Amino acid sequence: MTSPPRRYPGYDVLDKWNSASWDDITRDVVGRRLHDVPQRRFFDQDEWATLQALCDTIMPQPERADPIPLAPFIDAVMAENRTSGTRYAELPPMREAWRRGLAALDAEARCRTGRGFAELALEDREAVLKRLDDEDVQAPEWQDLPPRRLFREIFAKEIVRTYYGHPTAWSEIGFGGPASPRGYVRLSANRRDRWEAWEAEEDLK
Amino acid sequence: MTTELRATDGRAPDVFSTDGSVPMRSFADSETVDFAIVGTGAGGGVLAAKLAEAGFSTVAFDAGAFYRPLSDFASDELEQEKLYWNQERISGGSDAIEFGSNNSGRSVGGSTVHFQMVTLRFRPEWFRSRSLLGYGKDWPVDWREMWTYYDEVERALSISGPVRYPWGPKRGRYPYRPHEVNAAGMVLAHGAEALGIDWAPCPISTVSAPRGRAHPCVYRGFCKIGCSTNAKQSILNTYIPRALAAGAEIRDLAMVGRVETDAAGRATGVHYQRDGAWHFQKARNVVVAGYSIETPRLLLNSTGPAHPDGLANGNGLVGRSLMVHSNDAVWGVMDDEIRWYKGPPSMAVTEHWNYEDDKDFHGGYAVMSQGPLPADFAAALVTHTGAIGMDLRHKMALYNHMAGLKIVGEVLPDLRNRVELSDEVDELGLPLARVTFGYGENDRALTRHANGFMREMLSAAGARDLFETEGTAHLMGGCPMGFGPEDSVVDRNGRAWSCDNLWICDGSVMPTGGGVNPSLTIMANAARIADRITEMARAPS
Repeated sequence: MTSPPRRYPGYDVLDKWNSASWDDITRDVVGRRLHDVPQRRFFDQDEWATLQALCDTIMPQPERADPIPLAPFIDAVMAENRTSGTRYAELPPMREAWRRGLAALDAEARCRTGRGFAELALEDREAVLKRLDDEDVQAPEWQDLPPRRLFREIFAKEIVRTYYGHPTAWSEIGFGGPASPRGYVRLSANRRDRWEAWEAEEDLK
Repeated sequence: MTTELRATDGRAPDVFSTDGSVPMRSFADSETVDFAIVGTGAGGGVLAAKLAEAGFSTVAFDAGAFYRPLSDFASDELEQEKLYWNQERISGGSDAIEFGSNNSGRSVGGSTVHFQMVTLRFRPEWFRSRSLLGYGKDWPVDWREMWTYYDEVERALSISGPVRYPWGPKRGRYPYRPHEVNAAGMVLAHGAEALGIDWAPCPISTVSAPRGRAHPCVYRGFCKIGCSTNAKQSILNTYIPRALAAGAEIRDLAMVGRVETDAAGRATGVHYQRDGAWHFQKARNVVVAGYSIETPRLLLNSTGPAHPDGLANGNGLVGRSLMVHSNDAVWGVMDDEIRWYKGPPSMAVTEHWNYEDDKDFHGGYAVMSQGPLPADFAAALVTHTGAIGMDLRHKMALYNHMAGLKIVGEVLPDLRNRVELSDEVDELGLPLARVTFGYGENDRALTRHANGFMREMLSAAGARDLFETEGTAHLMGGCPMGFGPEDSVVDRNGRAWSCDNLWICDGSVMPTGGGVNPSLTIMANAARIADRITEMARAPS
């Protein structure tokens, strides 16, 4: 499947911006996410290129002229050292895990294809990530880094959380989005309040 | 995350307002208070309120911020990460535990600020699981005593629950009527009915009718990241206001790093970091209520002349027998629109396998309906299935058709699962916690049974394309209470065997975890410990 999902045409959670579903703190927080995309502060140029290519592989957005920015928010997490509370014993601290991991990913691509990860086409990038997921890596840069854990629980988890934390993604999946102080009235199956997404019937299967 | 001290200069936040405050009694560091309590969650918050109401001078410390839900809590998963203990813990072992959002709060009110409000009681036999059921350990507390305290805290939280609860001894009515069960919960109900087992609307800690200045629940569904309307009855908006009204002081953004002891081994107060400096609060009694990682971490870091291996750790049991709940889940796609983002995440429950003993493993599990928010669900999908790219986007586009069942499964205590101090230190110079955890054979037998059962149940409800995720929830143990100093850290009243003015009052004292969410049991036990402390203080010596 290469075409993007189109299950909720015409639905945009931002249409509720001035409604009772959005309160001041939420408008403030989401407004900053929409309008103050952070500048690169943490990763260097090479790491940044690999990170962007990684984001484009895990959450490709070919249909969008103005895609959800992912790499800038991950860079901001690193710059501010916003840890998640868990450092797995076989992984280095968060910032080091990302730096060394991106370098190892790029090295793995060079090892396999002779080109850097960021220079590869989508399907070749996917193939390299599949190697990580299968723990089938060759580049010496991996040293003791566990490729699958790094791919799934560090890289992919942070990237998908960033994507599905964005209003554009909420609209894409028909999520109600912010809901305070107004919540919902109709809780049973196949019932929706008028401020919820309408699902296109032709896309149901 | 706010770094602004809000409980200071004789005022504390009014949690029912957007920017108001209430008066707060203040104590000087040099004033020897009756109780210094470390932590304001399910254990420390209840204790602070009840001890202050009993007339004791009480100061309660929390490492986190003091929030006003109405103006501080956004409808936004990423913003609300401010509620979690996201400082690093090193996690190892064969089944390394995920911390942070998974089980650890860092704000006044503790993890109850972001708990999913499921308030189930222990099965009575679990308090004597070794004697009656042949596994785990007995609690040094009679179940009937605990049940009177379950009654007390259920009233204090105005729990909404069903008129008839299908499992366990007869009980009185819940204080508030049950909520309408959402579509996600009805999937569980249909599955249970198809298999011929009982289910019930889940007793939950969000009000179904007005209570004081709290409005009824509006089913906005962001419970796990903090309730912005105060419908959720957390420690932050129940026991903390009670504590303040009764004259307790709450110190926010105050990280306790060490409990001081004298040459005789008695506690003299706590060292805490606040506003960029270290301070020392003198106290006649110290209560540690930091939950199963921070409580052992603080005790192990509190060495003294009489406690060379850490406070109350003469027998080496501090940090041992750390437990979690197995939290495996089965997910599937429904033809119906479920829209599981509406309403509290777990509105229906079956405790069938907690009360049915004909099975091939020890312990039990509850099964609950689910309603994860998008980023949370996407993270579960990618980490468990490895799906990425357009494949993941299409799977996530089924969000409104998804349903899930998840267990809270009992994990047996094991001395090898533990909290220690690492050689690395945090920004305050305190050693990081290093945690080791692995499931045992019985734990694996339980999750195998549960996954098979949930598949059957979800299929019977009409779900297709099933997939499973694994994981853990909650923390328990680490400083178990018991019958004697040889095999436990504290006695039945939470008092340390080797330090008679040190108390532990949180989930870490639980000898076993049961197959239900622990917060109600932690609160009930704290309410009980508060009464025992008060009785002991009043008894003629």
